[in-house]
Amino acid sequence: MGHTLAEAILRRAAGQQTVRAGQFVTCEVDFCLVHDIFAGTLFDTLEHLGVDRLWDPDRVAVVLDHFSPAPSAAVASLHRRIRQGVERFGIRHFFDTGQGICHQLLVERRLVRPGMLVVGTDSHSTTYGAVAAAGTGIGTSEMAYAVTTGTLWFQVPPTVRCELFGRLRPPASWKDLILHLLGRYGAEFVQYRALEFSGEAVSYVDLAGRMSVANMAVEAGAKFCFFPPDAVTRRFYGEDGATWPTPDPDAAYERTVSVDLSGLEPLVALPHRVDHVRPAREVQGVPVDQAFIGSCTNGRVEDLEEAARYLRGRRVHPRTRLLVAPASRAVYEEASRRGILADLVAAGAVVLPPGCGPCFGGHLGLLGDGERCVGTHNRNFQGRMGSPGAEIYLASPATVAASAVVGYITDPREVEVAVG
Amino acid sequence: MAEVRLKDVLRGRVWKFGDDISTDLLAPGAYAVAPLEERKRHVLEAVRPEFPHQVRPGDVVVAGRNFGCGSSRETAPEGLRALGVACVVAESFARIFFRNAVALGLPVLPCPGASELFDDGDEAEVVVAEARVRNPRTGTELRGQPLPPVMVEILEAGGILERLRAWNAHRVQTKAGRG
Ligand code: SF4
Repeated sequence: MGHTLAEAILRRAAGQQTVRAGQFVTCEVDFCLVHDIFAGTLFDTLEHLGVDRLWDPDRVAVVLDHFSPAPSAAVASLHRRIRQGVERFGIRHFFDTGQGICHQLLVERRLVRPGMLVVGTDSHSTTYGAVAAAGTGIGTSEMAYAVTTGTLWFQVPPTVRCELFGRLRPPASWKDLILHLLGRYGAEFVQYRALEFSGEAVSYVDLAGRMSVANMAVEAGAKFCFFPPDAVTRRFYGEDGATWPTPDPDAAYERTVSVDLSGLEPLVALPHRVDHVRPAREVQGVPVDQAFIGSCTNGRVEDLEEAARYLRGRRVHPRTRLLVAPASRAVYEEASRRGILADLVAAGAVVLPPGCGPCFGGHLGLLGDGERCVGTHNRNFQGRMGSPGAEIYLASPATVAASAVVGYITDPREVEVAVG
Repeated sequence: MAEVRLKDVLRGRVWKFGDDISTDLLAPGAYAVAPLEERKRHVLEAVRPEFPHQVRPGDVVVAGRNFGCGSSRETAPEGLRALGVACVVAESFARIFFRNAVALGLPVLPCPGASELFDDGDEAEVVVAEARVRNPRTGTELRGQPLPPVMVEILEAGGILERLRAWNAHRVQTKAGRG
């Protein structure tokens, strides 16, 4: 019997002939990601344990993205300690303030490659499945273990396959695909499992869309999420991909579900649950104080461009403030070069530095008691963006931009798209 | 680090929580880089403001499905441990929280039906090694899902850092031996 992509990658990483779902294995990890919330603790822990060198400093990336630029003296001191740690351990892949969000950077810079086993101190490390890597989140103590020994234990997850067919009908987007899966199957859909996409329509999901979907797969509990290597992957890496692992045709899946993309419409996840999903037209009219376009889910050029189609030549509604945070400096530069940022600014958007922005409630646009935000990010848990008395709605860039124009949540089809 | 004795009967007062208790509730982002002494005062305050102030060492958290969903922040189990919570028993756990709790040496036990077993404020008896949960008031008992051996080993070692300490000591020793 063949292997799923999760099994194929873990088999290689564990140095075994074969592995099966359920088995416990010790794997060699291929790449480690640490961001600024945890890098300071990580370096302190290593120092405390007397660890003086990493297993391979070239396979570790440190990113200052969550608090970027530093919003307080305490964070500035933390960043300073992190830079010292980076220096001490000789870590080359260091991304200082303003370079962008970790997940965007690791893909954009092609540090993560198909078939790799990647661990990050961030739950959205499942994003790397967009390029067929097994990415997953771990905590700081496990990261200390991984960066020192180069190994970590894993249980081989069962895999749920999701077959895509039909064609997406804009303004429905890839964000709506993952919202649909959350709404239909719930926040524990793939708990402890891998989610592997296939089907005749999978080749139509572009890299940006794959990243949005794989990113949010963790909201359904996914340990890994995969878009197996194909023409999209080969084009991105400019390689033939002959050595990249692929799922075997006779692999054993725990379950197969399918989605007809032509049936998707703009969706919204209502507070405070990622799986409390309704069509945007049913939420129509809920007033919003803040609209946010950005994050590792939807902060790419494609997302900003989509938003601009609704905002170009218009003004954001006076009751709503619009925050835009490009996912990386490269995104920022390209959006700037193409005039997208100028259009967003002309419409009244506040453009934030590349990074996480207000996504996790640390700084730069928090919500007060009783406030409501609609955003393109990935979590609407109570208290996620500031006050526990605030409400967060999650949607696609089209839905968020259209809502910013009218000042309340709307189906983007209600707002005519600007031409040109 | 305090030794974790999985075979002992843990007895503590029950604090009940519902489904989908997220890491944003356990470790709010606003205090992400604050010192632990400050962070622990905000654990779960959004859903139960009295919890971080009234929870006592040895108390047991009993929760619904998907406990600890959300981010990879290890500060979530760390806050509970710092408050002295002896064990978290939940209908089910989100993956990263589950790993992190074990990595830190905080006992966790998945136990479908646990929410029904207790009222808030009851006493709970938990034997992690046997996946046994009991309510002495009602006399009812449940079997949860036993932890896999690798997690038991890590918990018994007092967390994954204790393993790392041993690994590193060995590396230093062999290096010294060679030199
Ligand atoms: S953008 Fe949001 S979800 Fe993504 S890494 Fe940053 S804080 Fe986490």
